[in-house]
Amino acid sequence: MAVQAKRLPALPNLRIQQEAVVGFAIAVLILIGSLSNAQFLTPGNLSDIAVNAAYISVAAVGMTLVIVSGNIDISVGSILGVCATIAGELARSGQPVVVAFAVAILVGGLLGAVNGLLVAYANIPAIVVTLGMLSILRGGLILVTQGRWIEQLPTEFFFSQRSTLGVPNPIWVMAGVVLLGALFMKYHPIGRAIYAVGNNAEAARLAGINPRSVRMFVFVVNGLLVGLASVLYASKFTAIQSNAGQGFELIVITSAVVGGVSILGGSGTVFGALLGALLLSLIGTVSIFLQVSPFWLQTVQGLLILLTVLIDIVRRRRMQ
Amino acid sequence: MTDTKAVRATRRFTLNALRSQEGVLLGLLVLIVVVLSLFSERFLTVNNLLNQTRLFTETALLALPMTLIIISGGIDLSVGSMLAWSAVMLGFSWQLLGLPLPLAVLICLLTGLIGGLVNGVLIAYVRVPALIATLATLAIYRGLSFGISQARSVRGFPEEFTFWGQGQIGPFPTQFLILVTLIIAVHILLSQTGFGRWVYAIGNNEVAARFSGIPVERVKLALYGFSGLMAGLAAFIFTSRVTTTRADAATGLELDVIAAVVLGGASIFGGSGSVIGTVLGLLIITLLRNGLLLAGVKGDATFMTIGLVLIVAVLINNVLRKK
Repeated sequence: MAVQAKRLPALPNLRIQQEAVVGFAIAVLILIGSLSNAQFLTPGNLSDIAVNAAYISVAAVGMTLVIVSGNIDISVGSILGVCATIAGELARSGQPVVVAFAVAILVGGLLGAVNGLLVAYANIPAIVVTLGMLSILRGGLILVTQGRWIEQLPTEFFFSQRSTLGVPNPIWVMAGVVLLGALFMKYHPIGRAIYAVGNNAEAARLAGINPRSVRMFVFVVNGLLVGLASVLYASKFTAIQSNAGQGFELIVITSAVVGGVSILGGSGTVFGALLGALLLSLIGTVSIFLQVSPFWLQTVQGLLILLTVLIDIVRRRRMQ
Repeated sequence: MTDTKAVRATRRFTLNALRSQEGVLLGLLVLIVVVLSLFSERFLTVNNLLNQTRLFTETALLALPMTLIIISGGIDLSVGSMLAWSAVMLGFSWQLLGLPLPLAVLICLLTGLIGGLVNGVLIAYVRVPALIATLATLAIYRGLSFGISQARSVRGFPEEFTFWGQGQIGPFPTQFLILVTLIIAVHILLSQTGFGRWVYAIGNNEVAARFSGIPVERVKLALYGFSGLMAGLAAFIFTSRVTTTRADAATGLELDVIAAVVLGGASIFGGSGSVIGTVLGLLIITLLRNGLLLAGVKGDATFMTIGLVLIVAVLINNVLRKK
């Protein structure tokens, strides 16, 4: 028996999380990138990758809350477009930039509240509500802007192009949101309630949690975070297009899911969603460095998503 | 006072029928047709209505398998990408490989079928949740469309090829007849056969369905394969209608298709829905879009209205079912 024990060195109880898988994928991609080109591993390029992922990560944190609670929000792209346009229009009409940003974030929260009301209190499935909202907001936005771009914005507007203490502003915002989100989900009672409702709404209700309030809460927070993401997005480029945010919902949902947030609700972390967003951003940059034709980019992205999900499934089966 | 049992029963039956999702939709449809025909004389003409069927056939072809998939508790987000990939393969194999057109059409259909079967294997056998699997293949198939075509469009299809998308048989557009045949076939499949009952059973309770001996995996594989095949057929008709194949074709079409199915009363959680409901949902969306355009409303406002109708229809249905 003793011999056998020696032959089988006790492996530490390695419960590899999806986050570790994604982290490993990120490391491999960075390695490939740096081997292919000396320019890859420069602070400038790495910070570009993080800045590109920043507004996606902020929205992905909100999406994590929504998906963990057992819902989904496919209207985030339209909300982003509406909020970015409002921020731009206000700033151009001479309002202080701070006011423009604050209004954009609040409008995001308001639109999230409309989603939340319909899901939590009118009992319409989230995918139906947000599919409807996607159409309503996108149609309304193009109707109002008539497809015009917003240009000639005041220089103070470009928050995302500036740095504080040598680090680009979007990275500060991303770090703050992810840190707060992670702590909230792990330690705050409401954060725990979100997991409980996502796991089993009926059991949560019997334990004294009000599932309706929890659903309302996640949609409002998600709306506020999409509003914040729209500020990062709008102040990153010199013009705001009226089709801003089209297809954004797929990127955000993909980030969360690749980062290990279960689409069935009840499990997943904010940190995972951040890693998912970083991975997607890295795939884009590494492909450019490897001179992969941009036409193949989506295929590469899709295959990598599938690969991380497959690894996750194999890992879970081993654990069982 | 003078109500006999039979009259009361009939009245109850009518009330129940009106309260069903299909009843609500039929009412909505009649309302839309009446209101829109007041706004535009061109709306309620045979020519206009028949012409509309050309535009909605591709969406309808995808909505048929989507109805079955949603009833079974799944979803297929990759239909728009499968359509584009199949169309690109049609153009590619005809123009660049120089294959005869019928063979190119066959390749187009096979491409769709393969795309759908890949989804089916991932979902049924590897057990990837349908939303994630088809989200990934949405990107993969779209990427394949761009990669294979290098974003170049293919044009110059011969005159006889346009028969399927622009020609007509008697007074009817060709694709309309194809669509009607398929609607009837899928309706019978779903409501009259054992396979149809399996689809409902899986959507209601997959575990129970498996224990009662239903080949859950094979049914799912068939459903997603069917979805791919229909995407291939829609790609063929689409190419014949617009006589060009482009990698960005049908972007976002999956949302239109899902909206029609959900508007048609299928539960997104699986277990309920019908082909008739889906057809009504499609008609409402199409007529609303066309009627509002004819009445002079901008296309973007139409987009808004459809979103609103989707939410309101489900809301009304929820309220009526509670009673």
